[in-house]
Amino acid sequence: MTLLSFARGPAMQAATLILIAGMFWRLSAIVFLRRRVAHAAARHPFGARLLSGAVTIMSRSLPRRTFWPRVGEGVALAYVFHIGLLIVLIGGAPHILIIHEVFGVAWPDLPKGVIVVVSGVTMASLILLLVRRLTHPVLRLLSKPDDYISWTIVLLPVATGILLSGETVASYGTLLALHILSIEALMIWLPFGKLMHVALVFASRGMMGYNFSRKGAAT
Amino acid sequence: MNDIAPPLLKAVAPPPDIGKALRGFVADIGPTVALSLESCIHCGQCAEACQFYVQTSDPRYTPIHKIELFKQTYNREMGPFSFGYKLLGMAPALTVETLTQWQDLVYDSCNMCGRCSLICPMGIDIADLVEQTRHGMYDAGLAPADFLGAIAEKEHATGSPFGLTSQTFRDLLYDIGTKHGVTMHVDEQKAEIVPTVSSIDVKTYPGSMAAIAKILNHIGLPWTFRTDGFDADNVSLTAGDRAGQAAITQGIVNAARACGAKTLVMPECGHSFTEMRWEAANTFGKDLPFRVLQITELVAEAITSGTLRVNKIKQTATYHDACQLSRRGGATAAPRVIFSALGVDLHELEDAGDANWCCGGGGGVALIKRAQPLRNAAFAIKQKQIEQSGAAIVYTSCSGCRQTLEHGGKAAGWSTTVGSLLELVADNLAP
Repeated sequence: MTLLSFARGPAMQAATLILIAGMFWRLSAIVFLRRRVAHAAARHPFGARLLSGAVTIMSRSLPRRTFWPRVGEGVALAYVFHIGLLIVLIGGAPHILIIHEVFGVAWPDLPKGVIVVVSGVTMASLILLLVRRLTHPVLRLLSKPDDYISWTIVLLPVATGILLSGETVASYGTLLALHILSIEALMIWLPFGKLMHVALVFASRGMMGYNFSRKGAAT
Repeated sequence: MNDIAPPLLKAVAPPPDIGKALRGFVADIGPTVALSLESCIHCGQCAEACQFYVQTSDPRYTPIHKIELFKQTYNREMGPFSFGYKLLGMAPALTVETLTQWQDLVYDSCNMCGRCSLICPMGIDIADLVEQTRHGMYDAGLAPADFLGAIAEKEHATGSPFGLTSQTFRDLLYDIGTKHGVTMHVDEQKAEIVPTVSSIDVKTYPGSMAAIAKILNHIGLPWTFRTDGFDADNVSLTAGDRAGQAAITQGIVNAARACGAKTLVMPECGHSFTEMRWEAANTFGKDLPFRVLQITELVAEAITSGTLRVNKIKQTATYHDACQLSRRGGATAAPRVIFSALGVDLHELEDAGDANWCCGGGGGVALIKRAQPLRNAAFAIKQKQIEQSGAAIVYTSCSGCRQTLEHGGKAAGWSTTVGSLLELVADNLAP
């Protein structure tokens, strides 16, 4: 079995299994805790509270304007990274091919040069985020091994993707295998660390929006 | 002589009870709290919303860091990967040292004002997590002794933070009624409206009780103070004493229920409103038999319905939102309705309403003696904003805020007057 066939076969199956089982385990451990029913008379009816939850999922994507001067730099950097990653993920031709194979849908791809540039910007933003984490007193205090593991785990697919586009340091097959393996590492780590925010962000924001709407409090 | 004995209190103070802290931390963890504890991405934005970090640049004051012991306990004892945390030593067990180190973070430097909750991109209600953390700290014996812990203990034992008895309160009400020429209704058998008071009002602002009486007499519905349940302060909530919190609330609920109240009115006090309006029914596990309004809401409602009429006054003023009433309590609009009816030229503060800055004394911080430098640092933000508003008087609807602003102003040599919105209304009732 070649490295590529291992990456595409058993490694992918194992990573998928761990991803799904891990996410299920983590979410179910939250959901199945004993829940206390809220009895305080709500300011808004159930439907409005649900709507508030949905709105909060969107509105918390940007801090209120009053906070911008103090957090704008970090938020902007995080946006550059997330948008860059999204563009590469859904605009790169090989990714669209895989999506087509799995889900049967496809769309026009972006030119390879654009993807390479965006990948570079994404990687640069990741490095800046790390520098910020290492130098900002608050971030240094808050950071745990999870933060650095997650950073590395996210960096690897971006880095191997850039290398793959150039095919310079190794053969296409080897680089592709490494790229796939790096994604699998991300899939395996995701349920256990902060990368789980891909799912928790919806639950947590939605819960706040729903609960705060009960009080008529600011979301 | 170098061998001076340490103070007696230090020598006899029992060490924090780790077991009680542990049980206190995990007792109330349900899906909402667990979701919050699982969701932090360590972005640090909450620090930038906190007056204590903004004013000191000390990273220890980062709000989510303040609940680190609570989070570690959750991860170690009941999180989905607790076995892994224990195996890898990633969530250390509680120790006397860590609990003691965190005391000033959980109490002195948190007003539970919820500004951090407003900025969190993950939607974590950090202020609520601090309240949960205080439960464990209180159980462990770590509420700051002077004066928060001591006052909470007295409140739990007597029903009033200052040990005010029913008879003393009754006498006080009649004295206030005589002094202000207002009819007091006390311990009536039947009443639609039952107002409560804050112990700060009793101690420092007795005129506010005359103001309540004037307003309720003007509205004209049957009302009464109840001397068997009147002091809504609930210092126990801010100290983290759940049993005391419930006991105080139960006393007031019983008194209001006894006279068939339809509306229980909370005084000009932020945390008492939080407790009675949003937490009491959940604590008892059933709906309250009456509605709960903060006095500002009642006045705004009466003005809107036409049962309360006020004179127009020519005054320029600004308003300080109490965090528990506005951002955390959903009563942001009520004071604006009142100012509008009074015709006050309201110069709103920067960040007024939901994004307001705390006065610095909320969450029991006003009752922690050693926290005064921090309070004053927080007050400096408010002072600057109020001065920028150009108003010579700042009104508020919370006696705790009022007192903190007065104390902060005194320390800063400030000339701005701090007033009660309730008293402003009472002084300007239309004939």
